[in-house]
Amino acid sequence: MLLILTLAPFAGSLAAIVFPSDKSTAAAWFSGVVALLCLLLVAGLYPFVASGGVLRYELRWLPELGLNITLRMDGFAWMFAGVITAIGLLVVVYARYYMSASDPVPRFFSLFLAFMGAMLGIVLSGNIIQLAIFWELTSIVSFLLIGYWHHNAHARDGARMALTVTGTGGLCMFVGLMLIGHIVGSYDLDAVLSSGNVIREHPLYTTVLILILLGALTKSAQFPFHFWLPHAMSAPTPVSAYLHSATLVKAGVFLLIRLWPVMAGTDAWFWIVGCAGLTTLLLGAYFAIFQQDLKGLLAYSTISHLGLITVLLSLGSPLAAVAAIFHTLNHATFKASLFMAAGIIDHETGTRDMRRLSGLFRHMPITATLAMVASAAMAGVPLLNGFLSKEMFFAEAIETHKYNILDTITPYVATLASMFAVTYSLRFIHSVFFGPPPHDLPKIPHEPPHWMRAPIEFLVLACLVVGVIPTLTIGPFLHTAVQSVLGDATPVYSLAVWHGWNLPLAMSLVALIGGVILFLLMKTYLATSVEGPPFFRRLEGQRIFERVLVTLSWKWARWLERTASSRRLQPQMRILVFIAFAAGAIPLFLQGFKPAAIALRSVDPAFALLWFIGMICAVGAAYQAKFHRLAALVLLGGAGLVTCITFVWLSAPDLAVTQLLVEIVTTVLILLGLRWLPKRIEDSNDPELMDFSVRMRRLRDLALALACGVGMMLVSYTVMTRNVPDTISSYFLERAYSEGGGTNVVNVILVDFRGFDTFGEIAVLCIVALTVFSLLLRFRPAAESLEKPEQQRIQNAFDDDHPDRKKGDSIAEYLLVPSVIMRWMFPVIGMLTAFLFFRGHDLPGGGFAAGIAMSIAFILQYMAGGTRWVEERLRIHPLRWMSIGLLVAMATGLGSFFFGYPFLTSHAQYASLPILGKIPLATAILFDLGVFSLVLGATVLILIALAHQSVRSPRAQIKAARAAAKETV
Amino acid sequence: MELVLSAGIGVLTASGVWLLFRPRTYQVIIGLSLLSYAVNLFIFGMGRLRVNAPPVLEPGGVGGLLTHTDPIPQALVLTAIVIGFAMTALFLVVLLASRGFTGTDHVDGRE
Repeated sequence: MLLILTLAPFAGSLAAIVFPSDKSTAAAWFSGVVALLCLLLVAGLYPFVASGGVLRYELRWLPELGLNITLRMDGFAWMFAGVITAIGLLVVVYARYYMSASDPVPRFFSLFLAFMGAMLGIVLSGNIIQLAIFWELTSIVSFLLIGYWHHNAHARDGARMALTVTGTGGLCMFVGLMLIGHIVGSYDLDAVLSSGNVIREHPLYTTVLILILLGALTKSAQFPFHFWLPHAMSAPTPVSAYLHSATLVKAGVFLLIRLWPVMAGTDAWFWIVGCAGLTTLLLGAYFAIFQQDLKGLLAYSTISHLGLITVLLSLGSPLAAVAAIFHTLNHATFKASLFMAAGIIDHETGTRDMRRLSGLFRHMPITATLAMVASAAMAGVPLLNGFLSKEMFFAEAIETHKYNILDTITPYVATLASMFAVTYSLRFIHSVFFGPPPHDLPKIPHEPPHWMRAPIEFLVLACLVVGVIPTLTIGPFLHTAVQSVLGDATPVYSLAVWHGWNLPLAMSLVALIGGVILFLLMKTYLATSVEGPPFFRRLEGQRIFERVLVTLSWKWARWLERTASSRRLQPQMRILVFIAFAAGAIPLFLQGFKPAAIALRSVDPAFALLWFIGMICAVGAAYQAKFHRLAALVLLGGAGLVTCITFVWLSAPDLAVTQLLVEIVTTVLILLGLRWLPKRIEDSNDPELMDFSVRMRRLRDLALALACGVGMMLVSYTVMTRNVPDTISSYFLERAYSEGGGTNVVNVILVDFRGFDTFGEIAVLCIVALTVFSLLLRFRPAAESLEKPEQQRIQNAFDDDHPDRKKGDSIAEYLLVPSVIMRWMFPVIGMLTAFLFFRGHDLPGGGFAAGIAMSIAFILQYMAGGTRWVEERLRIHPLRWMSIGLLVAMATGLGSFFFGYPFLTSHAQYASLPILGKIPLATAILFDLGVFSLVLGATVLILIALAHQSVRSPRAQIKAARAAAKETV
Repeated sequence: MELVLSAGIGVLTASGVWLLFRPRTYQVIIGLSLLSYAVNLFIFGMGRLRVNAPPVLEPGGVGGLLTHTDPIPQALVLTAIVIGFAMTALFLVVLLASRGFTGTDHVDGRE
């Protein structure tokens, strides 16, 4: 159930995105159904939760690290899940009418559902790491939702600011949660909740507290991080109604309440949370009075109400926690409905500026009445739900919890703030709905469609019913929630509307009357004033934020890039090699590495001579690579051959075969590439002309290269002269025949034991070949390589000089005898390939070697006959071969599933065929066939793509010639 | 044997690293190839050098490190050779494309 509940919104989100953008109604209906389904699921779970049960679902993922996917629902989580799904459903209905058809509506609903899923994920997480992940997910989705109208610069800025602030806070919280996991020894929420004392007495408590509060306070827009919320108001109104009143900003409060039994009650908690809460409560209310934007007013009022909840939580008394939970619920109801009302006003009149709006009551009486009731709840007028929780707040504010100044001023601040609340609520109602009839509005106002209003009607009704008969309506749900947070500490509380004449009531009355008087005094000022409160107008959080951001992400980043990095490859390479060298050398040095004593024992002179040649080749290649590329290539090939002979010498025939074949292919490849490289004129390597700095640089490079070389030599010598420890190799040697069914252990490892690695590897090969292919599709050779190579030009000139010869004859006759031989080699190499392939499992050979050998056969044909000649006669489809190879390899691997074995288990058997005799027929040979086909395809594709450039180039040449001709004309 | 091979590895490494620092793309390709020989031989050497040891089992037989060559470094190097070829090909093509775009064969795309 819980899994479905968490996954359904995400699944819905994925489904909603594929709706075409003109089917906005369908997308809305679909999202509505998903939200309804979730709501019904939540409702169905109530009986279990109400009986005090905790619903758990656990998916073991990494139990060794204590990381499991745990979903957990108790009364409190249930209450939040209910709010999320219920208001989610209402907002979907509302958004169906709010969103204009010209917006990409399916994307909106997709994001909306994803957000709902992330929010449900937070409240249902039974693992604190999982909670942090969903937490970040809400930050990201809310970023996308706020920036939904991304053509609007305000929306982009607001979205970025919200993401930066909440994302940073979320990361801090993540660290805090990991520390909690470290202290408790488990990431499981139940374990954390039951070890409050351990956490509070731990020396890291303050660090953890600050980190977690950073997360919660940024998310809940508490001072000094409140500034992102008003800027997030450039989001579409349904988003504001959902995210910025009922869900996202409540996530911080949720976390505070969730961890309240564990973290609260200390002085540090009281001071930090209390200061933030009180400041936010007061400043938010004060700022709200002076807003001219409807949604801005609501945003600041939300900040203030969140501050109220935070203050309640700071007090550390169970009764205050009850009030906090209750107010969370109430605030969600009235604020969501107010946001929706503001959205309707914006939608129907075209403006949200309160200086322009007035007298709307006569145009939209029903909406006006609803908004009035909701804002009365916001102001805390009796018989509405806001009044109840505010009374509880006052009662708690009066109580003395700690003997310090903060506790003493709380009741006064509370009264003042709720006086402001009355003022801004009145202002909201008065300036919008009363006064002279509106003039020059962008649209003629009228009542919205009925269903657009329905969600507000429902929420306002809830405000009323809860306000009048709280014990019958919200009572049991609230009790379930409170019970699950506080457990045995649940206090006795009363939800009655009338508590008799007492101090809280008096405070309410003072606030009401004071608020009305304040409004009457400020009315004229407010009707004309500029945006923002006096005194504080200049001190905007946004400016500070932006300055910090510019400094961090622009100035410092640029400075760091200028000083610490380079766009040039050579310095980067030097640093990279140097670090690699140091990383290898330092541990060896610290561990007291001593190279083995060099002993000239058993040096085979022939081997020594071989490597003497090899070293000359290597150094020669290094020396010639700059000016004489062909020579460098030949020398490189020499070094490769020496390597190949070394493999033969040292009992590794498989490697020798593969190395030899790859060597051939690589040489052909680079030769093809050399055609497109510029000819380098031998410049004067005159030592006198060389700059001193150049020489120093070369010297430094040489030193580093020599150090690497000597280091490698010492390390390899030392390792090679030691005895072999027992490695996993013995395992493979013992099992290769009995389990893999082959005697060539290397091949059995490749296609059987480590078949999955090989599979990944051929996939890499496939990707590389495709990349090469597509890079060459749009290849533009450099200008000076465009014309035909010198040899061809000479040959063509020779043909032109002799009247009896056609152009191209010489090229066709070039190497005539070898080319005939090469053509005849094709079947021979094909036979060799088959031989290499089939013996692979038992004797040196195998798919890799066979594939490359076969590709050489193709290349020889190209060299002998030319591109056109070959392609007229042979069907060459390297792309098809590659895909077949990949599919065959995968199908072989999947085949083992049918017999109930894991991926890529092979089955070995010998089959007797006529003539050939007994041949090994493991399923691994099918896999090897896939490898063969893919390697063949990839190699042929790479080589041919490069070879085709010569055929293509005349076209480019013609184009260039035409362009030149045009220019001269 | 070991001495000669490790000296060879050292020289290959030094030449390869030297070429890595050079400014021309072609030099870097050659350097990478040399370096990959060195690394392949190094990995191969981790299985110790054996002359005339059987690399293949008798049919039905069971092998051991004392009598047979070490198959794991060989299997690793075998795949490394093929991947090395693929990387050389990719780098070569990037080199050619970069040269076509920028008109120079300097590694930074400008002299």
